[in-house]
Amino acid sequence: MARALINMPKTAPAGSVIEIKTLISHPMETGYRPGPDGRLRPRDIITEFVCHYDGAEIFRAELSPASAANPYLTFTTLATASGTLRFTWSGDNGFSQSQDVALTVT
Amino acid sequence: MRGPALSGVFLLLAGLAAAQEIPFPERRSGRDQMAPETRAMQADDEANPGMLWVLDGADLFARAPTPGAPACAACHEAGALRGVAARYPAWDEAEARPVDLEGRINLCRTRHQGAAPLPREGRDLLALTAYIANQSRGLPIAPPADSRLDPARATGRALFERPLGQLRFSCAGCHDAHWGRHLGAAPIPQGHPNGYPLYRLEWQGLGSLQRRLRNCLAGMRAEPFAPDSPEATALALYLMQRAAPLPVETPAVRP
Repeated sequence: MARALINMPKTAPAGSVIEIKTLISHPMETGYRPGPDGRLRPRDIITEFVCHYDGAEIFRAELSPASAANPYLTFTTLATASGTLRFTWSGDNGFSQSQDVALTVT
Repeated sequence: MRGPALSGVFLLLAGLAAAQEIPFPERRSGRDQMAPETRAMQADDEANPGMLWVLDGADLFARAPTPGAPACAACHEAGALRGVAARYPAWDEAEARPVDLEGRINLCRTRHQGAAPLPREGRDLLALTAYIANQSRGLPIAPPADSRLDPARATGRALFERPLGQLRFSCAGCHDAHWGRHLGAAPIPQGHPNGYPLYRLEWQGLGSLQRRLRNCLAGMRAEPFAPDSPEATALALYLMQRAAPLPVETPAVRP
């Protein structure tokens, strides 16, 4: 499993805007670079990132071969009710990873 | 920033002139010359991609490298290695030569853990080194006052000041004589090794000081030092003395 860092507040007042920062370890090989043998290295990137808040999609990003390695995505959402945020990265070679973080709304 | 970009010809001539070592109060980390965005990336542990290696290193530190062998953590308590990265490279009694932090980790593996040395620039060695060096973050670089290191340090200084490669550049010709100016579009830093292993945006990954030195030497069209060579360690020794007392920044982020 790739290492991911998710930074967001554990608790937030209802109706407040919270900032979520995500960072995941991934080489993001573009598919355009030759390897030591001169052949192109096959593409290996994360193509999609989705964040669900209690099952409802609140943020989605499509990543392209031009994205940097170890993609860092940051976005905001409205803290409505206590629940779980699920972060899912998926991509080439069957890459798929999900991580859950609980949020308590006061 | 001390002036406009230099023309190539002027830089070439100036590179041949003798340069003075940077006095203590004027020593600056490369961090100070970075764009505010890159500085912010380094300062925020949730945005600094080098932290991915630090966390991997923490796992490796706690895990036995081979079944039945002790983990690093079996001998070294958590946090006990704070300060180590600030004083390496150091003298190794048994080897009777200076070794850098990566070299020391590999010696520990072969001596105490019955494990094979990890390859230089491999993810595992970078991760372990980053984890250990991160514990020294904020501490001033403090090279050991060990007279056995003096010959290697002198060699390192000579390498730093000697014109090398087809372009006849020396390290000192840029990093002592023209720091703060530009080479093409790139700012010339003082060239201090206080953030290694560091995440270089150009590399899209973490890399060691030795990798950075190979980069510079290739740019000077000189033959890069072989990994773990005496030259690389000697230059690292001199660079650490030249950088004291700047604080350790591992894992630094650099453009």
